[in-house]
Formats: sequence, C-alpha cells, structure tokens
Amino acid sequence: MRSTWQYTLAGVVLVAGCAGMPGSSPTVSDAEVLQTLKASFKEHGIARLDRLDQSDLQQQCSRYATAPLPKDVRDRIAHDALASVKYPADGKYLGNWKEGEKIAQSGRGLQYNDTEKTVAGGNCYACHQLSKAEIAYGNIGPSLYNYGKLRGDSEATRKYTWVRIWNGHAYAPCNNMPRFGAAGILTEAQLKDVMALLLDPASPVNQ
Amino acid sequence: MRRIPALLAVAAAIGVAAPAVRAQQGDTQAEIERYREMLQDGNPAELTVARGEDMWKQKRGPRQASLERCDLGKGPGVVKGAYAELPRYFADTDSVMDLEARLVHCQATLQGFDRAELVKKPFSGTAQRATDNEALVAYVVDQSRGMTVNVPQRHPKEIEAYQRGQKIFFFRGGPYDFSCASCHGEDDKRIRLQDLPNLLKKQPAQRAFTTWPAYRVSQGALRTMQWRLNDCFRQQRFPELEFISPASIDLITFLGVNAQGGKMNSPAIKR
Repeated sequence: MRSTWQYTLAGVVLVAGCAGMPGSSPTVSDAEVLQTLKASFKEHGIARLDRLDQSDLQQQCSRYATAPLPKDVRDRIAHDALASVKYPADGKYLGNWKEGEKIAQSGRGLQYNDTEKTVAGGNCYACHQLSKAEIAYGNIGPSLYNYGKLRGDSEATRKYTWVRIWNGHAYAPCNNMPRFGAAGILTEAQLKDVMALLLDPASPVNQ
Repeated sequence: MRRIPALLAVAAAIGVAAPAVRAQQGDTQAEIERYREMLQDGNPAELTVARGEDMWKQKRGPRQASLERCDLGKGPGVVKGAYAELPRYFADTDSVMDLEARLVHCQATLQGFDRAELVKKPFSGTAQRATDNEALVAYVVDQSRGMTVNVPQRHPKEIEAYQRGQKIFFFRGGPYDFSCASCHGEDDKRIRLQDLPNLLKKQPAQRAFTTWPAYRVSQGALRTMQWRLNDCFRQQRFPELEFISPASIDLITFLGVNAQGGKMNSPAIKR
C-alpha cells in the first residue's frame, strides 16, 4: 500500500513541476479539450456549435501556435489557401474606396448577437493603420498607410493583395488575419471596395 | 456620485471625437492615461460590494440560511483572501471551481435555491441593477484586495484544468479563425486604442487578472470574470460560452496561474 501511495504522490509532484513551467507540453489530449469545449458552449442565434469543429488550417495553427510550423504543414496550408482563392468574375479588382473606408471602419458581423441580415464589416482599423485621418487604429497587423503608393498598382500587386485578403495563409501560413473571402465574411463587391481603399491613388490611404 | 456623468462625457469624447482629432499618437496615449487616472477617483462598485455583503449575511432562499457557512476554499465562512486562491479543487464536488461556480453551489446546497434559476441570468444588462451573482462576486472579491494571487496547482484536477486552459487559449476556431492568443499572445498590441494584455507573460497577466472583476464605466455595470470571458468569445465569433462551464473555469485557472504573485486590486474601475 505504502509504495503505491508513494508512486502516486511522486507522479503528482512530477506533473505539478511540469505544469508550473511555461512551455511544457500538456498531458491532456486534444480530444479531451475538444470534448470540454463542446460541453461548454451553447448555440446562440447564428453562432452554432459547429464553429468549434476545426478545419485542418485551424487545427494545425492551434497545434503549432507556440512551435515552428513543420515545412510539410506550412507548404500544405499555403497550397490549400491559394487553391481556395476565387478571383473576381469580371476580372476587375478595384471598387469604390469610399465604400471600402466604411467597410474598414465597421466591426459588425458574425457575432452571436448579430443576425443573418447583419452586413459584416472588415474591421480593418481594429488591427491596421490605413488612412492618416483615423488615429484610432490597432497594431496587431502592420501599418497599411500608403499601401498602394509604396507598391504601385500593377496587375501583380492587385492579384497578390486580393489573395492576402481572400485567404492570407497562402503567403503567411497561420497568420492572425481572418480569411475575408474564403470564410465568406465579405462579399466580392465589398472585397473590391477594400481593394480600392488600399490601391486607388485617390484613396486617403495613399495621400 | 456627481462625477460619474462627467466621466461618461470624457469617455464619449475620447471614443467619438478621436477620429476627428488631429493629435499625435503620443497625445492620444497621454489623454487615455489621464482618463484612466480620473476614473480611479470613485468606484460605483462600492455600492455593489455593500449589497453583496448584506446578501452574504442575510438568511435567504427556501432554507432561510445565510452564506456564512459557505466554503470558498479556506474553510466554511472564510471570505478574506478566498478569491486570490480561486479557482481551486473542492473535494465535496470533486471538481475545480471558480468563485462564480462556487457561489452557485453554495446558494443551491445551503440556501436551497434552484440551480437552473441561479445560472439563468448571471449578468446584468447595460446600466441595469447588478444581479445577485454580481453583488456576491463584488463582495467576495473585495475581501481579497491587496492579497497575493496564489491559484493552487496541487491536486491533479487543478493541474489538468490549467493544461486544458492552456490548450483552449490557443484553440483557433469559428469563421474568423481566432483564438485567445490572436489578441492576447504578444506584447504591446492594441485593438483600435484598446491595449491588449499579453496574458502569457507574468506582468501583463498579473495586471489583467488582479483588476477583474471591474466596474465598466461605458456599460454602467460591474463585470465579473465569467462575463469577461463570455464577451471575449462573442468577439471571437464563437458560440456562447456557458456560465461556469468547464472551459471557462479551465481558462480562468490558466490565467490565474500565469498571474501568480500579483496583488489583487478588484473590483477595479475601467473605461
């Protein structure tokens, strides 16, 4: 009896020691975590429980959140992301920058207290600097001030920018930005307006 | 209490007029700091604390019992310092519980309240009277002011809670692919002008953990830690986090352990 008890105690102390150290690998399984999550959320309006079912991208980016992405995983994510991109049906990339500015300002959409009719915004200013006039911008993403002025407005730049907004994992696997096209957050017309905000020489972003 | 409307006006001025103001970023930051300092002048949460204390001592519920026999982890009736050591493992339920879960447990077992009723509407709406949950939380939390955060990691279930919490922190999901770490995993980040604490790092984790629950001026309400997580997941575009659910307690355990050694200063007052 005594030895069993001692082994148990030793095990507990060992695990406790690991848990206290940041970066130690947890012993709970991913399956157990998913089970806990499923038991802890409830459907509310448009936000259904299937939002907890991770895509391959979400799963890999969670798994390697604190470790370097293995090359094969990185390549697969980038490949799949690029393959997901739908380019504008009419070949035109730029819409109206004034509408784009409104979309960049709006943080609405897809929350459990929104409805199916809520027009989603891009909320670009939450994470990026864009126009000089808007000083209430976040810094999770890089500054996009003068985006078009610095890069020009070539077909290649337009295509690259479209991909970055549609599904940025094509060029930056496991980056933080939502897949505004691939996840159906913004419509094609809205994406074009945001493109214009970034690339139109008349846009305040490029002044 | 007269100063509260003035504070709201300052909040509105910063929030609404900011885009039009052609100030340097540095000036903006200084203004925000000045506003935060002004907030420290008077905290309406004190009223909620007082109400919570009354509720704690009153005989309530079908059994007409007070909560003075409620064990928050430091023995029946011990409130002083209890919050600084929560969440923790409780043998009587064989589970790790945070304060809000434990309060539900005590009200159900000691006072005979219906558990389903207790969890039905834990949070008040904007500018509404604080709920019973919020009042009790305010009182208990206030009794740990100045105490050192010491969330235990002794029982295997406490360790598992931390480890699940860690994985949940990095769990990306929903239409925006967000995890907690999307906003709270790096230093010196902001959403718009709102600073985002890096909850993986000791100092910012301590600063965040020790100042929740808090009175939110913009909402005219005391907000608990359970509310804080619920609203984060709303913005993460997840389904709704259930009140005192296992995942919520796991996350609070993770955050609390990361904030070990911090000094409790709650209920705080925030924008």
